[in-house]
Amino acid sequence: MTTLAFLLTESLNALSQAALLFFLGVGLTLIFGLMRIVNFAHGALYMLGAFVGYSLAKGSGNFWVALVGAPLLVGMFGAGFELTVLRRLYRRDAHAFLMVTFGLALVVGEAVRLIWGPDALQVAPPSALAGVVFLLDEPFPVYRLFLVATGIVVAVAIWQFLERSKLGLLIRATSQNADMASALGVDVKRIRSSVFGIGCALAALGGVLAAPLVTASNGMAATVIIDAFVIVIIGGMGSFLGSLIGALLVGFVQVFGNYYLPDLALAFMYLVMLAVLVVRPGGLLGKET
Amino acid sequence: MLKLEGLNTHYGASHVLQGVDLDMPRGQISAVLGRNGVGKTTMVKTIMGLVAPSGGRVRVGSTDITGWAPHLVAREGVAYVPEGRLIFPDLTVMENIRVGERPTTRWPLARLLELFPSLRERAANRGSQLSGGEQQMLAIARALVSDPKVMLLDEPSQGLAPLVVRELARVIRLLREEGVTVLLVEQNMKLAEAVADQLHIMVKGRMVYRATPAVFRAEEAAIRSRFLTV
Repeated sequence: MTTLAFLLTESLNALSQAALLFFLGVGLTLIFGLMRIVNFAHGALYMLGAFVGYSLAKGSGNFWVALVGAPLLVGMFGAGFELTVLRRLYRRDAHAFLMVTFGLALVVGEAVRLIWGPDALQVAPPSALAGVVFLLDEPFPVYRLFLVATGIVVAVAIWQFLERSKLGLLIRATSQNADMASALGVDVKRIRSSVFGIGCALAALGGVLAAPLVTASNGMAATVIIDAFVIVIIGGMGSFLGSLIGALLVGFVQVFGNYYLPDLALAFMYLVMLAVLVVRPGGLLGKET
Repeated sequence: MLKLEGLNTHYGASHVLQGVDLDMPRGQISAVLGRNGVGKTTMVKTIMGLVAPSGGRVRVGSTDITGWAPHLVAREGVAYVPEGRLIFPDLTVMENIRVGERPTTRWPLARLLELFPSLRERAANRGSQLSGGEQQMLAIARALVSDPKVMLLDEPSQGLAPLVVRELARVIRLLREEGVTVLLVEQNMKLAEAVADQLHIMVKGRMVYRATPAVFRAEEAAIRSRFLTV
């Protein structure tokens, strides 16, 4: 393999990894930015997305149904959870959120085990994305290219949504000062439910997209939630662009670290986080608080 | 237009508003003066729904808005220009205004930019990049775009240069001409005297004095030493 081919395929690998991490990190950071709460259930919702996606794909025989349906269903579940449970906690201190979202993670985890069983479930990618393409004579999975493309499309879509749409503007205003936004006529409660739902839907999207690569399994929540937290901390809590940069950094460090120093790959991710925090305690694009 | 009846507010154990009565006729400017900490800002926040009252009523026209959520109070036609302006620092000038925009308003963007020429030049700047005076004009523009019946201005002249305060007085008078009812909470007695139709003085969570500026001027020395100087 030529050096160029190696760099190209490993970089694409890293980008596809970053795309999956971004779906998680961006939801986590949007929720934190708006509500100042850390959603411990985010990994569990990612896993729920993978399993719901498995059932939808199996039932319909169509992966695309799962890709659209799982985020929608999990997003609605998230918005419903905010409406019925989280909404009662905003006047309390942050510990209440940690306990409640951690509890949700446990409940979702057990529910998944009860409904889908303890075994990992294979999700087949659609036939159009199943093969490999040759890049500089090296084979590369089409599905990973699809992940990269999806990551770019979703990142641009969220960015445009936040910058251009009225709801995006109201989300940004509420993130900066919720009381002031409400005094200007913004229904802050509705904004919170929407953003929690959108964040959960994005986690589920990550789960469905990850399933063909790693199978839908009970363990997938635990591994991925740590990565998501690292991304959000590196990028700066609450920053959309920060979560994108954090996902790219962690994706590249994981893929190249695994190649060059597989024993230390995991440590690298934390070293990057440590380095960022030493220089910028609030994260790359975060505000120091 | 805006009426407070026996309004009470507690912060924990401290009884901040102790039965505030205030009747503001439509299209008039009522100024509330008072020393620091007598409850002026709490009164404004209670009207706006940002702080829950523990007793009494708030009415806008014939509608009882006591205990309503802030966004519903705003939609009922009450606009809020808070102490310290509280501009959204990372939103541009235009975005700051658009947050409160309604489908129909007598104050569309074009008119607001005509009224505040300094904002037109800064339209694409972020809120955090504006001077104090520009931020104050933006806070008023952001409140006006919702086409309010009542405008609550909390210490708008704070920290502003005399020239800017004069500009502020011009804008407040214009609001009156447009039929907006204004509640002006001020430490700057000159501004309050210059624009207000009624002056009120608050002491320890109660209104203790009410007069027109002309009457106030006649007895100013006595009133000042009794209620206002520290």
